Amino acid sequence: MSPPRGSLESDGRFEETSLDASSFTPLFILVTVREAINQGMDEELERDEKVFLLGEEVAQYDGAYKVSRGLWKKYGDKRIIDTPISEMGFAGIAVGAAMAGLRPICEFMTFNFSMQAIDQVINSAAKTYYMSGGLQPVPIVFRGPNGASAGVAAQHSQCFAAWYGHCPGLKVVSPWNSEDAKGLIKSAIRDNNPVVVLENELMYGVPFEFSSEAQSKDFLVPIGKAKIERQGTHITVVSHSRPVGHCLEAATVLSKEGIECEVINMRTIRPMDIETIEASVVKTNHLVTVEGGWPQFGVGAEICARIMEGPAFNFLDAPAVRVTGADVPMPYAKILEDNSVPQVKDIIFAIKKTLNI
Amino acid sequence: MKKMLAAAVSRVLGGGAQKPASRVLVASCNYSNDATFEIKKCDLHRLEEGPPVTAVLTREDGLQYYRMMQTVRRMELKADQLYKQKFIRGFCHLCDGQEACYVGLKAGANPSDHAITAYRAHGLCYAYGLSVQSILAELTGRRGGCAKGKGGSMHMYGRNFYGGNGIVGAQGQIFEAYNMAALWKLPCIFICENNRYGMGTAIERASASTDYYKRVNFIPGLRVDGMDVLCVREATKFAADYCRSGKGPIVMELQTYRYHGHSMSDPGISYRTREEIQNIRSKSDPIMLLKDKMLNNKLSSIEELKEIDVGVRKEIDDAAQFATTDPEPPLEELGHHVYNNNLPFEVRGTNQWIKFKSIS
Repeated sequence: MSPPRGSLESDGRFEETSLDASSFTPLFILVTVREAINQGMDEELERDEKVFLLGEEVAQYDGAYKVSRGLWKKYGDKRIIDTPISEMGFAGIAVGAAMAGLRPICEFMTFNFSMQAIDQVINSAAKTYYMSGGLQPVPIVFRGPNGASAGVAAQHSQCFAAWYGHCPGLKVVSPWNSEDAKGLIKSAIRDNNPVVVLENELMYGVPFEFSSEAQSKDFLVPIGKAKIERQGTHITVVSHSRPVGHCLEAATVLSKEGIECEVINMRTIRPMDIETIEASVVKTNHLVTVEGGWPQFGVGAEICARIMEGPAFNFLDAPAVRVTGADVPMPYAKILEDNSVPQVKDIIFAIKKTLNI
Repeated sequence: MKKMLAAAVSRVLGGGAQKPASRVLVASCNYSNDATFEIKKCDLHRLEEGPPVTAVLTREDGLQYYRMMQTVRRMELKADQLYKQKFIRGFCHLCDGQEACYVGLKAGANPSDHAITAYRAHGLCYAYGLSVQSILAELTGRRGGCAKGKGGSMHMYGRNFYGGNGIVGAQGQIFEAYNMAALWKLPCIFICENNRYGMGTAIERASASTDYYKRVNFIPGLRVDGMDVLCVREATKFAADYCRSGKGPIVMELQTYRYHGHSMSDPGISYRTREEIQNIRSKSDPIMLLKDKMLNNKLSSIEELKEIDVGVRKEIDDAAQFATTDPEPPLEELGHHVYNNNLPFEVRGTNQWIKFKSIS
């Protein structure tokens, strides 16, 4: 699996570099989110033999969404394990393995199926280090696609960021682009705590530039640190996962009208990097949060509450505004689904309302 | 005599679709009224006796089963086409190959028996009385769909039929259900459509024992040839009688096969061979098996069955036409049916200024 190597010319052409070692100086490469997660897991499997992957169709099928392509061929039955369709069962097995000293990556085909196993995630993984008085760590990663896809209807479209983000003992990350995906999965695997990695199915095939740092086998994105994707002065727009891309699109549109948005990619849901958000709000005096999940008790609600509790509150010139999924089970019909997920136009509308334009 | 027979055949061809028979009766009237067939003996678990090893098929029933199975087959193939044309989105799990399971089940059970199933639901939906039109329109997400376009493929409901469910994987949950059903002697038939694969994994790689009908130590079970509609019917009758007599639950494993992959995003050939699929098609296809039985025993003729095929094709084409032209549900109804029996309230949209009315 080799992504194209080359450089972006000033006229926008992508010039592929020939693979002649003497002339080979890649400035950047294009890597899809899927490839990035695959690379991250591959590198960690190679680095530490205690790491293994289990889940439905992860081995011989190469992964239901092909995220684990090639890993079974490379590492075999002992490291890449196909499970029966028994989430509660195999999540429990994974947690037990983590307690005994292994470092499992437990894949849920989507996080909707994690509800079958949520007792193991929360009661067996998240709470154990605390309940044992610091005796028993659970170094496990739960990963898989989260949130809405396209036309998969009510039972397959739920966002679990708020539910998992609610629980002390868990770390919860939500990558947007390829660097996020690779860096966060590696950090998650190396972390001695249970980490929930909320990927996004619609992002799997999207390519992004990979800097030379990201190409390194020790490239890590720290858990608990947000990233400012775009600097701005008029308003802070905070998001996680796929909507980050929508926020950047909205920012591009608004820039033409003279409105400069500062777009923050949360990267981590828990522990939340509220300091980065606060510093930004102190600078811009306006805040919009954007998420795919439902509004009530959601990620945006938590951000707003924390802003109120901290120094940034006094710098707000207008109430913070949340852009979220609609407060209904995800409908199937396209027109209804389109109106149940935040679109670029919704973000632009919210920004303008906040700025009173 | 001819007129009576003509009327009889017209009635039968009209079948359950309330369509007037529009074709002229074939001149030759020497069809048999019924025929008796030997059917495969079911494997039994904790049962002294099983279903009978012979079954009587009347001409009328035969024509009906043929028409229903052909309808399910064509409906699923039409769904395949519509999915590739992007009229259907998301997940689509097709059941062609498994028609005998649904038609046999319906033939052996009472209309008042309730049913619930997983995501490969279209065939059972049809057997439970949902029209092809309402199923296809639900698949294309239109207001004429059986769930008004809001549910999609995996969330179709009907009278005494609880869907259509998207989340499975209940190896633990099923044992909880087995335990309570047996404890309280609930009249419940647990049906396993054993189509040899769980998504992309062969059953041998996922199950410590693939004798699913024997899984429960304390619940009797049957293993049934799921490709023979008569076998399924007789087994269902037997199982239903068992339950209705107050003896408690029973497990019924139907050995069947799906021609399509797990879903439309699975080509279905990375974990099984084309030869295997072709072999089943040529030797065990449920519609072919019934057709052969009927033709060999003069219960029907090639011409008559062809007429039924034509009628079915038209029904499916008309339904597909509706499903691709019916409008989508109105945006104003996005918020409806969140709660039942509730006063109307407002549902929040993607921001605090967008509100949808919600009525029950």
